[in-house]
Amino acid sequence: MNIFDIIGPVMIGPSSSHTAGAVRLGRVVNKLIDERPLKEVVITLSGSFAQTYKGHGTDKALLAGIMGYKSYSPEIRDALTIADSLGIKYSFKTENIKGAHPNTALIRYYLKDGSEGSMQGASIGGGNILVNRIDGLNVEFSGDTNTILVMHKDTPGVIANVTNLMHWEYESLNISGFHLSRSEKGGDAIMTIEIDNNPPEELISDIRGIEHITNAILIRRV
Amino acid sequence: MLKYESMAELVSEATKRNIKISELVLEDQAKSLEKSELELYEQMEMNFNIMRDSVIDGSRPDQRSTSGLTGGEGHIMSEYAKRADGGLSGTFISKAISRALAVAGCNASMGKIVAAPTAGSCGVLPGCLVSLYEDRGFPEKDIVMAMFTAGAVGMVIANRSSLAGAQGGCQAECGSASAMAAAALVEVMGGTPQQCSDACAMAISNQMGLVCDPVAGLVEIPCIKRNVSSLMIAFSSADMALAGIPAHIPADECMDAMREVGEALPNTLKETAKGGLASTPTGQKLKDQVFGT
Repeated sequence: MNIFDIIGPVMIGPSSSHTAGAVRLGRVVNKLIDERPLKEVVITLSGSFAQTYKGHGTDKALLAGIMGYKSYSPEIRDALTIADSLGIKYSFKTENIKGAHPNTALIRYYLKDGSEGSMQGASIGGGNILVNRIDGLNVEFSGDTNTILVMHKDTPGVIANVTNLMHWEYESLNISGFHLSRSEKGGDAIMTIEIDNNPPEELISDIRGIEHITNAILIRRV
Repeated sequence: MLKYESMAELVSEATKRNIKISELVLEDQAKSLEKSELELYEQMEMNFNIMRDSVIDGSRPDQRSTSGLTGGEGHIMSEYAKRADGGLSGTFISKAISRALAVAGCNASMGKIVAAPTAGSCGVLPGCLVSLYEDRGFPEKDIVMAMFTAGAVGMVIANRSSLAGAQGGCQAECGSASAMAAAALVEVMGGTPQQCSDACAMAISNQMGLVCDPVAGLVEIPCIKRNVSSLMIAFSSADMALAGIPAHIPADECMDAMREVGEALPNTLKETAKGGLASTPTGQKLKDQVFGT
């Protein structure tokens, strides 16, 4: 905690959890999309998000984040109009996601190139977030640090190959958090690696080159 | 490095070195964030300027909240201050009230604000500090520096108690904002570090047990007007401390009591919109008006 956590953040109101945190959840999706043209988003709101999203502008905040705006961007107010003008389709539905934190959003996105993906995360208070699922697989990261997501086939040695690469080729990188989940033995798996430092883009292409790895994404601090 | 675990630490260190709490905190934060004091000062100065912009944004006659439940309070109050020659409280206080309303209203209408310490309580500090700057002519540097004192108070409260309505009720949000503002006001007015701490203690004492009961779960009713009551308590606590009236319970113990009271509050009174004003017949009716039945 520092002085600007108290006198700050600078944000668009009215609520740090329902507005500022929602923008940050949207920004995670923005990083996942990584500048590829977006066709449509379908947003499911659960718990308190479902009950009060209209009054808190949670819908606008999520959509603004998806389009890359920050929690202090005045454009948040006009996010729906901006999405319309960009030809991005959007819809909101409310549904109780079982076992999820009260402020949870599930964002499904569909790109113009036909690919799609999803992110589920919670706004856990004071603008802090926790991302719970990416493309249906469990992850766990806060977006406060730089995070690398490594999608791979569950195979012996893959984790060692990634961490060895990070250690031997980029030795100053320090891992501050690590989480692994898989759909089934030998199936799709995802590593969530949080790091203290600011990693170079080459790291990601190097990781993508490792055997059994299907994709790697760098999510810089949101 | 400072621990920010007690006001006693800040007061004794500042007193020992014969400096202001803000000077101590700026020096410490620059070290801990590995930045220059000038960089931190400039960031705080930017925050003060955003607060001033929020006052202007929220003072528009057509200011309306996103839900439509509230709007225009800042403008109405500032017109009253002019028309009624300051009203009962005098021009300085009436204008300060209008600024707190304006910033809280700016927040409710999705305007840009500085959370201080939270979005729901964002009107208190600007209401106090912009008023000292605009209407009492204090130099901007004194005001910006005092924001470091306010921030340090907030850090101590966060460490000993909580700043979240969901955990501690409104005493943790508007109550903390008021305690932060009270300490800052005393510093700008030339009070001692001990007087800053005493003002902070009195502000917390006078909002002990304040519940968080937002109508429809929105940061509007009663939040916007609670920013005003917290501003009034900040001014009165600062004045009592500056007059030389001591706080009988030290600030640190007040914060501990606030934590205990916050834990004892039922969940219905901690931001769940299930008790207090939120569950009154009118509160329910307003909720239905926004979200449908």
